[in-house]
Amino acid sequence: MSLTRKDVEGIAHLARLSITEAELPVYVDSLSKILTFVEQLNSASVDDVEPMAHPLADQVQRLRPDEVVHEDQREKYQRNAPRVEAGLYLVPKVIE
Amino acid sequence: MTELHHLTLAELADGLRSRQFSSVELTRHFLARIERFNPALNAFVTVTAEQALAAAARADEQLAKGGAGGLAGLPIAHKDIFCTDGVLTTCGSRMLSNFVAPYDATVVERLAQAGTVMLGKANMDEFAMGSSNETSWYGPVKNPWDPSKVPGGSSGGSAAAVAARLAPAATGTDTGGSIRQPAALTGLTGLKPTYGRISRYGMIAFASSLDQAGTLTVTARDAAMLLQAMAGFDPKDSTSVDAPVPDYLATLEQPLEGLKIGLLKEFFESGLDPANEQLVREALKVYERLGAKLVDVSLPNLPLSVPTYYVVAPAECSSNLSRFDGVRFGYRCENPVDLMDMYKRTRGEGFGAEVKRRIMTGTYVLSAGYYDAYYLRAQKVRRLITDDFARAFKEVDVLMGPTAPTPAFDIGAKVDDPITMYLNDIYTIGANLAGLPAISVPCGFMSGLPVGLQIIGPHFAEARLLNFAHMYQRETEWHKQIPRGYE
Repeated sequence: MSLTRKDVEGIAHLARLSITEAELPVYVDSLSKILTFVEQLNSASVDDVEPMAHPLADQVQRLRPDEVVHEDQREKYQRNAPRVEAGLYLVPKVIE
Repeated sequence: MTELHHLTLAELADGLRSRQFSSVELTRHFLARIERFNPALNAFVTVTAEQALAAAARADEQLAKGGAGGLAGLPIAHKDIFCTDGVLTTCGSRMLSNFVAPYDATVVERLAQAGTVMLGKANMDEFAMGSSNETSWYGPVKNPWDPSKVPGGSSGGSAAAVAARLAPAATGTDTGGSIRQPAALTGLTGLKPTYGRISRYGMIAFASSLDQAGTLTVTARDAAMLLQAMAGFDPKDSTSVDAPVPDYLATLEQPLEGLKIGLLKEFFESGLDPANEQLVREALKVYERLGAKLVDVSLPNLPLSVPTYYVVAPAECSSNLSRFDGVRFGYRCENPVDLMDMYKRTRGEGFGAEVKRRIMTGTYVLSAGYYDAYYLRAQKVRRLITDDFARAFKEVDVLMGPTAPTPAFDIGAKVDDPITMYLNDIYTIGANLAGLPAISVPCGFMSGLPVGLQIIGPHFAEARLLNFAHMYQRETEWHKQIPRGYE
């Protein structure tokens, strides 16, 4: 699989990543090589094989009672935020 | 008197209990070594000297009073992927270069409760993505055996710290080999337990169906001591397994007479350095002398491990790392013009080249039109590989082979070629895909660089792996070697 610059720009947009002009050809090359490399998977016969998402066969997602178990630590958590005001996270204007 | 850093974790625990030295003395000894050697090795991102000495003083009080936990007063290093309350937790990334974790990971909490003393946070490949510790925002870690070589990755800082005896033991994480490969490249014992054996809570996620915490230690006995405290059910991790934790120390010395070792045919056929193979074969002879039987085993789908992994892991990573958006924590770009600009530049500037490559690979294989061809197919091949292992374990007790295809390589040698870098994990990835426990133990040297033997077991067979590793270490001296300059 060979990707174009346009493909990589599209993937970067989907992934919300700014990519510089200098980085672009590097990713075109390396992502193409990775996709070609993983095409080895086409050699396996996977008809009727159940896809595997979890490594332990008999495990199920556990449910817990819907109870409040954490104390409110908003101030502590917000100390890591780039910008907060009055307990709110600030971001660039979203709605005009 | 023997130098404190020549002692294993188990010997240090004995020394603390018999009051030959205090935890404060021990902690000071290792902090002094960190101060002396870390500038050259770059094994630590953060050294928590003050907290360490306070924790050591508390441990000494407990030891004096009696009733202290089995790990009371023992200094250790934590990989900087584990959240530590009030301490910088970077995951080797610019994205988290200002992140002071607001809570402890369960691993950190349990080891603290058992009385361990945290010396600091160990350097690592950015978000645990790498096999050489060269992708860290904090710069590469040097291999104590040769500073021009990589220590392996992603737990490269943990490995270098223990190999250079800047810490008697360290935690690590292993998604595709990130404990075992650096353990092999630095001459340590590296244990990756069964998926779900140790809680992932507070362990910054890379690929959630593969990630597992574990240990980097000098001996298998030391690994058993730490695993005992780390393992067990945690309601805070939805994939944590609710199964009893056996006494790992109790079975270390069980005889191996009559047990069957499967030799992974595929591992000995694919690009393994002949001198490396020779060392692994000599280790196998030790097991024969101990009464174990060697059987050839073939896992026909195993050669597809690396391509399977490089679809599944990036897919999960692209999803996990979408949380880094510059809003609630971590890095944010300067002067964003709008929300989209903020997301893109925050992530473009905050993530390094390899992390971006994996996010984009994952985004692509999950995108409409490609999902079936890549992601779904990889999940199916993952089952084929897992079934191969399950069949093998009907015939044998453990599987053995090399941990890595070569000893430590030059810093910079593979950094521009992702596929070559990915192939470092050719022997380790299978265990992650199948969720199996595996351990790497030192089995010799090639041109002065350590080489590892890998032992893989069925689900929850950690006690058996530690038993095999310990019995080998009773017969050999490889794990006792200390790199020159660090004696």
